[in-house]
Amino acid sequence: MIRFGNVYKAYPNGALALKDVTFHVSKGEFVFLTGHSGAGKSTIMKLLFAEQKPSAGEVRVSGYNVNALKADDVPRLRRRLGVVFQDFRLLEDRTAEENIAFALEVIGARSDTIAARVMRVLTQVGLSAKSRAYPRELSGGEQQRVAIARALVNDPAILLADEPTGNLDERATRGVFQLLRDINAGGTVVVMATHDLDLVRQTSYRIIEMREGSVVYDSQVDEAQAETK
Amino acid sequence: MKLLTREALLSFRRAPLLSALSVTTIAFSLFTVGLFGLVALNLRQALRGLEERVEIVGFVLRGTPSEAIAVASQDISGFPEVKDVSYVSEEEALQRARNELVEFRDAYRDLQVNPLPASIEVRLKDGFRDAATVERVAQRLRGFGFIDDVRYGREWVQKLDSLRNITGLVGLVIGLAFAAVAVVIIGVTIRLTILQRAREISIMRLVGATNWFIRGPFLLEGALKGLLGGFLSLVLCYAGYLLFRDKSGGTFAGLVFFDPEHMVLIVIFGVLLGLAGSLVSVGRHLKHV
Repeated sequence: MIRFGNVYKAYPNGALALKDVTFHVSKGEFVFLTGHSGAGKSTIMKLLFAEQKPSAGEVRVSGYNVNALKADDVPRLRRRLGVVFQDFRLLEDRTAEENIAFALEVIGARSDTIAARVMRVLTQVGLSAKSRAYPRELSGGEQQRVAIARALVNDPAILLADEPTGNLDERATRGVFQLLRDINAGGTVVVMATHDLDLVRQTSYRIIEMREGSVVYDSQVDEAQAETK
Repeated sequence: MKLLTREALLSFRRAPLLSALSVTTIAFSLFTVGLFGLVALNLRQALRGLEERVEIVGFVLRGTPSEAIAVASQDISGFPEVKDVSYVSEEEALQRARNELVEFRDAYRDLQVNPLPASIEVRLKDGFRDAATVERVAQRLRGFGFIDDVRYGREWVQKLDSLRNITGLVGLVIGLAFAAVAVVIIGVTIRLTILQRAREISIMRLVGATNWFIRGPFLLEGALKGLLGGFLSLVLCYAGYLLFRDKSGGTFAGLVFFDPEHMVLIVIFGVLLGLAGSLVSVGRHLKHV
């Protein structure tokens, strides 16, 4: 589903955000991207949803080659992804259901299907009772659930979550994390960038650790090597 | 399409002050263009009145048989530039002189012999009253053997010519300048709207909306603002026109207002300005994010 091959990303000032990053993510995987801020997690995320292009190397996401993506293809790729951020990115002047419906409307979804699809994902994230609430009337955890519902409404093959629990208290963090695990259990690839190591240690999901733009640990690769020794 | 209209209209409701500002600036820009248009229109109207009086007079040699003159008149009225030809006989010329030149009335009354020659007066069609055409027709009149002399206000026609060119040019330059100002102002107001909605746009991009889909509501919004601004500018122009006409104490009683075609053009121009302004702003914004 995701293939990074010897990827370099340079900032305009010449500094390297990513140095020779290589990893593959297969169908059904849940992957943690960990590391300190500035280690390159967010850059990997931006390359994944084609916000940026690699300076060198190959990035392939869900069948699209990000290096050679034409302007017209960027929206097509993004319709196969769901993206969630630390700051939720909801529209304050629209209710929960309107925020989700907006994501369908702007890609030209058939209007007679929208209401049902919105209700389905709101139920999935456990917020069907608060569909008419505005973001300011919801807790942080609930707002992130709305954002996740918006990311899911298009049935994405891959869900990208960039520090989704960064602004949440412990209880809300657990709830959102469980939701992401459920989503993954349904077959969606989840890539979650986080520096919450407690969360990472709770599970046996794959961990890719970044430091200064390089992959310093990949549980899949390193454990396989340890076993062969 | 429904969504497009809704989103465009929503921005009017969400930012009524900003929208009103945009519409007003468009209206005032177009109002300025419109006022200048009105001045140019009325100036042209006045010039046309003057032009009507452009006339070429060919004096006929004494003793020319009237049949020859009639044939020649027929011939001349066949020229493509010529509107009509009239023959003024010697007696008519004398009669006219007596009526118009009051100071010499006594002198003309005592005359035993009529000193005035007969003449052919040629008036030109609309659009042919420039110096070059007048000169060309005058030359052809001279070609007739019985024409003694040809007169027309050469300098006067030339002055009219340059006046006409200057007003056209000045109108064009000032009109274009104000149109450019209008585009910039519209661009800025749309840009403010875009910045206000930057979050919305970033989300639209994130979930995979195409650039044309994102542009759509802004373009429609710009066009709508241009439409409203265009209408408002017409109202302002009309108010200005009425005020000027009625307060001038009759001096400008003959002032004319735009034809319906002109009004439609102004409104269309407003829509185009609105579209141009929003296209520039949205294009720049989408390139940057």
